[in-house]
Amino acid sequence: MKRFRQHMLICGGTGCQAAGSVAVKDALVKEIAKQGMADEVAVVETGCNGFCAMGPVMVVYPEGTFYVALEEKDIPELVSEHIVKGRPVERLFYKEPKTKEVIPDMLDIPFFAHQQLIALKNRGILDAESIDEYIARDGYKALAKALTEMTPEQIIAEVKTSGLRGRGGAGFPTGLKWEFCSKSAGEVKYVLCNADEGDPGAFMDRSILEADPHSVVEGMTIAAKAIGSHEGYVYCRAEYPLAVYRLQLAIEQAREYGLLGDNILDTGFAFDLHIYQGAGAFVCGEETALMRSIEGKRGMPRPRPPFPAVAGLWNRPTVLNNVETWANIPQIIQNGGAWYAAIGTEGSKGTKVFALTGHVNNIGLVEVPMGTSLRSIIYDIGGGIPKKHRKFKAVQLGGPSGGCVPEAHLDTLCDYEAIAKVGAIMGSGGMIVMDDSTCMVDMARFFMDFVQEESCGKCTPCREGTRRMLQILEKIVEGHGEPGDLDTLEELAPMIQTSSLCGLGQTGPNPVLSTLRYFRHEYEAHIHDKKCPAKSCVALLEFKVNEEKCKQCGLCFKNCPVDAITWEKKQPAAIHLDKCIKCKTCFENCKFDAID
Amino acid sequence: MDTNQPTMSINGTMVTFTPGQTILEVAWERGIDIPTLCYLKDASPTGACRICLVEVKGARTLVASCAMPAGPGMEVTTDSPEVHRSRRLNIELLLASGNHNCLTCEKNGECKLQDLAYAYGIKEIRFQGQTQQYPKDDSNPLITRDFSRCILCGRCVQACNDLQVNRAIGYGYRGAASKIVTTGDRPYQESDCVFCGQCVEACPVGALTEKKAKGLARSWETKKVRTTCPYCGVGCQMWLHVKAGRIVKVTAVEDAQPNRGMLCVKGRFGYDFVHSPERLTTPLIKGEDGQHHPATWDQALDLVATRLKQIKKKHGANAIAGVSCARSINEDSYNMQKLFRAAIGTNNIDHCARVCHAPTVAGLAASFGSGAMTNSFADFDKARLIFVIGSNITEAHPVAGALVKRAVAKGAQLIVADPRFTGIAESAHIYVPIKVGSDVAFINGLMNVIISEGLQDQAYIDRCTTGYADLVAKVAEYPPSKAARIAGIGVDLLRETARKLASVKPAMLVYTLGITEHTCGVNNVRSTANLQMLLGNVGFECGGVNPLRGQNNVQGACDMGALPGDYPGYQKVENPAARHKFEEAWGVKMPRKNGLMIPQMFEGIEQGEIKALWVFGENLANTEPDIRHVEHCLKSVEFLICNDIFPTETTRFADVIFPAAAWSEDDGTFANSERRVQRVRKAVEPPGQAKPNWWIFREVAGRLGQEWKSKSGQDIWDKEVSELAPLFKGIKYSRLENDGLQWPCPDKNHPGTACMHKEGRFTCGLGNFEALDWTPPAEVPDKKYPLVLSTGRRLYHYHTRTQTGRCGGLNDLLGQETADISLADAAELGVADGDMVRVSSRRGQVMVKARVTRQVPKGLVWMAFHFREGNANWLTNPVYDPISLTAEYKACAVRVEKA
Repeated sequence: MKRFRQHMLICGGTGCQAAGSVAVKDALVKEIAKQGMADEVAVVETGCNGFCAMGPVMVVYPEGTFYVALEEKDIPELVSEHIVKGRPVERLFYKEPKTKEVIPDMLDIPFFAHQQLIALKNRGILDAESIDEYIARDGYKALAKALTEMTPEQIIAEVKTSGLRGRGGAGFPTGLKWEFCSKSAGEVKYVLCNADEGDPGAFMDRSILEADPHSVVEGMTIAAKAIGSHEGYVYCRAEYPLAVYRLQLAIEQAREYGLLGDNILDTGFAFDLHIYQGAGAFVCGEETALMRSIEGKRGMPRPRPPFPAVAGLWNRPTVLNNVETWANIPQIIQNGGAWYAAIGTEGSKGTKVFALTGHVNNIGLVEVPMGTSLRSIIYDIGGGIPKKHRKFKAVQLGGPSGGCVPEAHLDTLCDYEAIAKVGAIMGSGGMIVMDDSTCMVDMARFFMDFVQEESCGKCTPCREGTRRMLQILEKIVEGHGEPGDLDTLEELAPMIQTSSLCGLGQTGPNPVLSTLRYFRHEYEAHIHDKKCPAKSCVALLEFKVNEEKCKQCGLCFKNCPVDAITWEKKQPAAIHLDKCIKCKTCFENCKFDAID
Repeated sequence: MDTNQPTMSINGTMVTFTPGQTILEVAWERGIDIPTLCYLKDASPTGACRICLVEVKGARTLVASCAMPAGPGMEVTTDSPEVHRSRRLNIELLLASGNHNCLTCEKNGECKLQDLAYAYGIKEIRFQGQTQQYPKDDSNPLITRDFSRCILCGRCVQACNDLQVNRAIGYGYRGAASKIVTTGDRPYQESDCVFCGQCVEACPVGALTEKKAKGLARSWETKKVRTTCPYCGVGCQMWLHVKAGRIVKVTAVEDAQPNRGMLCVKGRFGYDFVHSPERLTTPLIKGEDGQHHPATWDQALDLVATRLKQIKKKHGANAIAGVSCARSINEDSYNMQKLFRAAIGTNNIDHCARVCHAPTVAGLAASFGSGAMTNSFADFDKARLIFVIGSNITEAHPVAGALVKRAVAKGAQLIVADPRFTGIAESAHIYVPIKVGSDVAFINGLMNVIISEGLQDQAYIDRCTTGYADLVAKVAEYPPSKAARIAGIGVDLLRETARKLASVKPAMLVYTLGITEHTCGVNNVRSTANLQMLLGNVGFECGGVNPLRGQNNVQGACDMGALPGDYPGYQKVENPAARHKFEEAWGVKMPRKNGLMIPQMFEGIEQGEIKALWVFGENLANTEPDIRHVEHCLKSVEFLICNDIFPTETTRFADVIFPAAAWSEDDGTFANSERRVQRVRKAVEPPGQAKPNWWIFREVAGRLGQEWKSKSGQDIWDKEVSELAPLFKGIKYSRLENDGLQWPCPDKNHPGTACMHKEGRFTCGLGNFEALDWTPPAEVPDKKYPLVLSTGRRLYHYHTRTQTGRCGGLNDLLGQETADISLADAAELGVADGDMVRVSSRRGQVMVKARVTRQVPKGLVWMAFHFREGNANWLTNPVYDPISLTAEYKACAVRVEKA
């Protein structure tokens, strides 16, 4: 490999690309060439760095200098100052939002400092499109070990020792799953990767595939050896074109290097991988639906048993794990199950990746040891709530299948059982932080709408029950709630949970139940007082200016799209309800919380 | 309690179960009621409706008992308060999901949702508010789809996909917008739907209903009469729903053999011809004006008796010939052949097996000692390898086709050899596009590969057969290169097919008229027998040689001796012992010589030797090759008698027409393809003065001086047929109440024979190999007539449409004949799909619409004989198999021109 004086690792994850990283990278390459340093300084497009909120981001090594929110126009200055003259450009550094402290070194930034990377080990470090770089970071060493030094039983034993549980959400012990499948009779077995990440707000799997696709290829190949499979599929949603592209590239490179194919590493072991692009139905993340979809049928769940380990894809024994689970495997094999099991809590080992989003300063991807408290993730890593006058209200874990955790339980640790105890689920790692401007009834309605839209329509409770729950929630947020509505919700919800065919329906009522558990008063306020305490449900709002708070700045007047506000200098504004369309623009723009 | 069987507890009671059973099945077996809306027998469980939920101790959620296998030690509660609550709420949700208003619903009284609402005491619909509703689809002629009543239980989807394996419908859209859809959500008639109506049968509510039955009867007003389908030779069991003398709809008999709850479009929707206003209701006599005039029964019967006596006196009994009916009951055919043999004194009695499976009867009898299908339909979906050759099974025998597709769905291998890429070919693992008329060479080639690679079952051959050395020598003359060249296929494909055939034992062979309707029909049949004996496949369940009989009772008409050389039960006319037996039974002396076959009868008419012809229920003017010639004969015969239910192209020429009782208007029996004697029951009265055919023959016999004692179908069968024919000795009406009996059934305790020639013990002792040479069709394409015409049957029609043409809906689905041609030929001829073309042969020409289809290979034209207009038989070649005198319907040379 060629050696360079400096590496400029620009993030090329979907988030940073959306923020313009491609143009920034092109500008960098051009500028470096212009300065005649193409042989000295390497510009590398990496996969997702994780700090998506600050994109496009870049790290310059060996210094470890971290640049954020880069624009094309910053590049000439950045190159001439930092690269040519050795003077890092401070104005492009990360600023801690609360203390306003400027932090030049990536690892000093709290967002990164509190993380422990296993599944995301290679994020932001290597060129995701280069197998050589993966190998240089010890890639495929675990595979070599598994193929040449370990028996299938030993591989499974190692994974069992690690205590790794499925990162897709249900948390089934991975080693046990493999063991079941390895014991199922059959010549033909399959290894599948679930990359049908569908929770709103979750993007862990996409990032891993974009940043480190070989880790998934390697993990799956190790499992193939363990269960005696020779063919695998990655079921990835077509909405992830970059992930699909990079994974395809990784598969082709692995084949070229003899790491996939008929005779892997000359051991005689054969395994090959294909990508199957899903059309984006949420339910296809359910394992039986996913397999039907690969079979070319409509992705709909079927009853279990038989379980996939016995009769899965095309009725053959099948192991299915999600992207994050697979990404953990190579290191478990390489470092030993005991090493992995030393991290985490009694029942939940290793690390977990979360997609931290919502009303939080540091939106991005974080990986923490199991046992980290939610508070630590949201405040230490996430940097807390952005708007000063807002307060933390709750964090939604596990997306539409999960529940919310309020302030009182923020010290709950990341642990499958602990989180379940407070009414949420670990889920695949979606973590949506909500401040007090969020109406919890409306939040529940949002997820119920999602569940209803994504219900496959097969079983009655999920199709009809969620439809009725949604109707009631819609009624409540529109101000037409009736006293008996909560009873009906509480009658429907447990029935849907216990009667539905698959996980989608069984967990669909969770957001409603958990908001009822912690925020029942908000429901009651909607129903009885026709008020939305979070001032979020438009139908329940009447906008008026609080003259005591109003600083007479006129911002509301300037922003009103329908001229419903009158204002004159030095006078409080006034809202004319006959013209007001309740668009909330004034409310959101008021810096003084002066609009009720 | 059987200690070897695992046990579980249901509601606190220990019960045994068989591994593999679901909780639901175990409970039902014990009489414990678990309600369900989506469970469909024989289909894989979907667990969709969530009504059958039960509590299983230790389970995280309630468990769908329809899908959960029973397990040892399981503790199940079928009606706990939680289960009850959950079921009730689900039912409430379903009731609120659409327009479940029972008052005007067709399903009122037999609706599963209604029953559940009643059982769970639901009095009002709690959930209100608009739900997603799709408009009613009433656009096809047979099935009304009312989505507002659909509860999305998915039974229709299961019925379509798992039972009939038509794969026309599935779930569409998601969530509240879910809907049962065809591909692309098009109406049924624009989709892959074949209108078998299994979805209607499966629908537990009023979402899918029979359009023709709308408003005719409430469920409790009808009487249900079980009978056998009047169409193809599968012999499906069905319920006729009858109100006030009319059949209002037809449903399948669940759990009955052979159809196990399935029907096809004709069986389900092809019943109303019975009530057609065009029915013949009075005897008709042709006047001097050439017109038919109503007559009394006495006038017509006396006239027929008198004329027959005169002709017999003047020209001898052999101047009289009769064609019996393969669509009517056994008892009719029996009486007709008896009339000819005993009262008239001639063996000139034949029927339409002549044009279809006479080569089977002759060929299989020569090879095995019995000329019938060796195995049963029950084997079809259990088979592990099925070889279908010359059979458009999904159109001509749709329910049998469904069973084959079910076998494939369960993992069976399927090989299809056919010049056309037929519906069943779509399911095939190996499709062999053999050339029309190349069967003997093709099969010799297969046998060549099998023998040269040592894949034959030598032990079976040695133990069970004779003639093997000659066969080996003969097939050596058909090396793969030669056989493949004649068959027009690749050598590798031939080899692959042979190896595949030899790879699974036993393998089933199924054929239809693609094998028989050739000048080498008998040789083709015997080739299939050779192949199956070579592989040691005859005499085993899921093996054998299985010809599918074309008409509902063509097997029975053969069984009854409506053949010129056979008395009932295949007892030979030329066998003195058999003759003496019948002479004694019928109290007359009878001729020693075989009578004439149908083509010989026409020849006899042309030569003036046949003076009287009696055509019972046949429409010879449309069904025989070379219509011009046939009509000339019908016109020129001195005295023509017809029994029919409708005026036909043939009755035009009749001197006397007897109006007959139709299917469902008389009690009797049919024998289906698998030799199963099944009851046909009277459900309604014949119209006007129409009478049972057996009565007509009996009356004429009476006027010819014979007093026949039997006065009903049952009399005829129980007292005559089963007494005279050892094959049917054990078959009596009293034993036929349910699924009937398969002959041979030698005594009254015999269970019937599902599989013949058990373990290679052939009826004739050793199975006979026959070394055969391939012969090409009589007429091959040339410059003037460059294309091959092959003919057959289409899904929506039957025979010459005398029945299906008078059934609401069927004509709408297929209203005219087409000439099916390949894309390549169409391009060459400049013909587009739907263009009118002129198809001509040396015998005639027709104008017909072209149907350009991928089913047909280049060089082939394919047509049917259902419609008078564009009937293929204006073109077909009256050349015959030398043994069976079956015409070569499958091959003649034609020319196609753009009209």
